[in-house]
Amino acid sequence: MNLLEFQGKELLSSYGIKIPRSYLAYKVEDAIVGAKKIGYPIVLKSQLQVGGRGKAGAILKCNTEEELIKKFQELLTKEVNGELPKCILVEEMADIKKEFYLSFFLNRGKRCYSVIASSEGGVEIENVENKVIIDIQNEGITPELVSDITDKIELKGNERKEFSEFIIKLSKLILEKEAELAEINPLALIGNGAFEALDAKIILDDNALFRHEDLKKYEQLSPLETQAKENGFSFVELDGDIAIIGNGAGLVMSTLDMVTDAGGKAGAFLDFGGRATTESIYQALKVISKVSKVKAILVNLYGGIVRTDLVAQAILNAYNDNTIKVPVFARITGANSDRAREMLKESKAKLYNTVEQAINSAVSY
Amino acid sequence: MNNKFDLFDILIGNEKDIDFNHKPVIIQGITGSFGSTHTKLMKEYGTNIVAGVTPGKGGMSFEGIPVYNAVSDAVKETKAKISGIFVPAPFFLNAAKEAIDSGIKLLVAIPEHVPITDSLKVLEYAKKNNARMIGPNTPGIIIPETIKVGIMPAKPFVGGSTVVFSRSGTLMYEVSHMLTQAGYGQRLCLGIGGDPINGTNLLEVFDLIREREDIDSVVVVGEIGGDAEEKLSEYIISSQFDKPVVAYVAGRAAPKEKKMGHAGAIVYGNYGSAESKILNYSRAGVPVAKRPIEVPDLLKIKLKK
Repeated sequence: MNLLEFQGKELLSSYGIKIPRSYLAYKVEDAIVGAKKIGYPIVLKSQLQVGGRGKAGAILKCNTEEELIKKFQELLTKEVNGELPKCILVEEMADIKKEFYLSFFLNRGKRCYSVIASSEGGVEIENVENKVIIDIQNEGITPELVSDITDKIELKGNERKEFSEFIIKLSKLILEKEAELAEINPLALIGNGAFEALDAKIILDDNALFRHEDLKKYEQLSPLETQAKENGFSFVELDGDIAIIGNGAGLVMSTLDMVTDAGGKAGAFLDFGGRATTESIYQALKVISKVSKVKAILVNLYGGIVRTDLVAQAILNAYNDNTIKVPVFARITGANSDRAREMLKESKAKLYNTVEQAINSAVSY
Repeated sequence: MNNKFDLFDILIGNEKDIDFNHKPVIIQGITGSFGSTHTKLMKEYGTNIVAGVTPGKGGMSFEGIPVYNAVSDAVKETKAKISGIFVPAPFFLNAAKEAIDSGIKLLVAIPEHVPITDSLKVLEYAKKNNARMIGPNTPGIIIPETIKVGIMPAKPFVGGSTVVFSRSGTLMYEVSHMLTQAGYGQRLCLGIGGDPINGTNLLEVFDLIREREDIDSVVVVGEIGGDAEEKLSEYIISSQFDKPVVAYVAGRAAPKEKKMGHAGAIVYGNYGSAESKILNYSRAGVPVAKRPIEVPDLLKIKLKK
């Protein structure tokens, strides 16, 4: 789960990490009130999941109320990588003396948490040569490693002490809240000698949410995603018109690749997992039926242990009660597939022996 | 990495053992619906399931298999070194630690949705105690015609001399089935797991089979997310791995920053992208199939060389 900047900052703040004064605004009136309290100049920042806001012009400085009114409206309608902001953060202009970088992240290759620090903040860390990367223990960062980091980025005196505390707080946050990433870029040394998090990118482990009641409020699922989740499905809505359903994430991904290769555009990705029953497949079709653009449903089911006649029954049920009206192109192998074929003979569903045949028919439909 | 760990020795042993090809296995979570269904199927396949564990159900029996309250009791009675773990994800950490404490050396971790920090803790604990975890979020492990510990169907697999390592369950079945039909039986098929953290990663499974003379080739079924395929490519080059390797990578058409079903299948920028994986494979001389069905053809070409 990807937190928005203001949510991430809320979490940082709860760990005693300093953040700039800010107000969250859904309407321009709220922004005006917030800006007045802070005092101009202020910064407007679109709250988006996607990266690259700055470059896309979704962070704007305002010197006057007039400017704010104009720019607020501009940001509300400005898409960045296909995403529109739901709200905008009105934030004080920080008095920046120097920008740093700090992140803790799950290092998949090394199977541990690692920390990256640099005295060059405000740019993409991939493009920075001068940085420290250190692996840490499951129990958290040690004082020796903190000291090592501040040595390497050449901090002294009070700045060193402040930065060290910042590292420890962020380390505590990532382990206690079970985040996959907590990235502060830029981490600014401001006029009064304190360090402030000017931005926050935090990704939480969805699978650990069950033991973090306080974090559940950040989960922002669409009604369809909620419905899919309640049924135990993995579901991703896409732009095209062919819905892809299957059992197993890899299988559905591979089907998505093949549909794209064949010139089709997928409208949904749905993996209903390992336990396919008539009811679960019926529910999967029900979720898909609510994706507006879908004109065909492609089912790729590796049978194995699943009885294919139970799958056929689910498709029949979905047609019979008008849950779905669009044709189903299904590749189903496994036990009882002759019977499945017989059951679907009179319906709008077509069964195929290979996934290639099913895809070609769905794409050319 | 523990060099002494020998996967085949644990799974089947050697000719001198009285239980050669018949090593005892316990199932944690045996009375749950998932655990019980697959215990039956594993037993049918010939896996020597000697005990089950479900706290509070000790003294019961399932399909003639005694159920214990604690792993330590099951291990004491059966001397099992292998456990198939079928408990729900929130209980996985404790179940895995209990297994390691009781002397289990191979944990096959089936559950999906295990929190990352729990996987890291189990991994650390296993290393300290000379044990190995496969998974979590794995379909398990199968030596065709001998033993299966996991949820895979039996039909796709047949004995032979290739190996399939897969980050995906159904694709492992699919690709193994295609290999079987093309005449390439498997000595071993192992699900790495679909999570960001794997108890045994691709490099480690390659290490486990590189010296084996009964294995002549490797098929790697990968997907987007992380850098396992990139690291494997480096390993193949730097360690001069000399068995033919063929790969498949799912998720070329997946959008960025979206979890595609598996917790580990997510691309950030270029990190974890299919392009990066395919590029690195090509540097290591590993052909990458565009579709699963091409895997046997690529293997055939590689084996001829």
